[in-house]
Amino acid sequence: MVAPMSVMKRVTLIFRSKANKALDKMEDPRETLDYSYQTQLELLQKVRRGVADVATSRKRVELQINQLQQSSNKLDRQARDALAAGREDLAREALQRKSGVQSQIVDLTTQYQSLQGEEEKLTGASQRLQAKVDAFRTKKETIKATYTAAEAQTRINEAFTGISEEMGDVGMAIQRAEDKTEQMKARAGAIDELMASGALDDVVSGPRDDIQAELDRVGATNGVDAELARMKTELAQGSAPKQIEPGTAAAGPAVAEPVIESQPAGATQSADQPPAGDGQ
Amino acid sequence: MIVRILGEGQLRVDDSAAGELNELDAKVEAAVDVGDEAGFAAALENLRSRVRAIGTPLAPDALHPSELILPQEGATMDDVRRLLAGDGLIPG
Repeated sequence: MVAPMSVMKRVTLIFRSKANKALDKMEDPRETLDYSYQTQLELLQKVRRGVADVATSRKRVELQINQLQQSSNKLDRQARDALAAGREDLAREALQRKSGVQSQIVDLTTQYQSLQGEEEKLTGASQRLQAKVDAFRTKKETIKATYTAAEAQTRINEAFTGISEEMGDVGMAIQRAEDKTEQMKARAGAIDELMASGALDDVVSGPRDDIQAELDRVGATNGVDAELARMKTELAQGSAPKQIEPGTAAAGPAVAEPVIESQPAGATQSADQPPAGDGQ
Repeated sequence: MIVRILGEGQLRVDDSAAGELNELDAKVEAAVDVGDEAGFAAALENLRSRVRAIGTPLAPDALHPSELILPQEGATMDDVRRLLAGDGLIPG
């Protein structure tokens, strides 16, 4: 009896029959219009909350990506420090961990883009629904005021089916976004927890600790060696201050010499002049 | 006729394209019959891109029912099965 019908046509009929069922429940067309408008406003609220929720989730992933990027940068710096200190083993370890962090970043970035796409779709759906809800409000007032009951019923059916289709569409978009957001929240929460518990330290911050400890040790050793070398130099120059002082003293007069020379010259002149003046 | 692509909105397509769209629709159906998920995704994408290519988007405030509703991008056969079961649809 049932003619073969394409999946798409059956999908279309499902939407249609949902709307018809809702319409059939209402006896009074005005009741249909007002009730429907209320439902539309509620859905619109829900869609807006959905958009905000996806945005929050996206920002959280963004934050985690930034944290992981910092870890990656730090490991990179450590690898360089280790190489500079001649510790290739440490550098290798740091780079291995960096690659672990990098793969987490790549993974999260994919999720991030997917959430961004979901956010854009929902924003678009929210705007379309808003436009339709506004149009429906205008139309329902016109229908109420102008038409006879029979005419009103036909126009109500069309407007109602049109908006209920949009609501079905948006409702599913919201559902998809919620599912995806829930998954992301669970994942983000898991990463946060792992970071807090230190279990992810092997990939994220822990390596910093042992690699940094080793680097610090190497750095401290180098520091001590440098300090020792400086002290040795100073000690070797133990008699130097005596040598330096005469040197400095010699340098001082050398610079001051012209002054000293000019002073005596001036002194000689002034000494000469007063006598001359005195003499005059 | 008016076609809705779920998640994207409605487009008006000239009635003369009905034959062509029906052919593409039949390919989607054929893939469903043999449970060919990849074929289903490809056939559906063909149908959607054809509608996008020849259709004119309806104004967002237009209140018309659609004659054909196409599942969203990335929809699987399972998604469509759920659609047909009526789950996830907000009653108007």
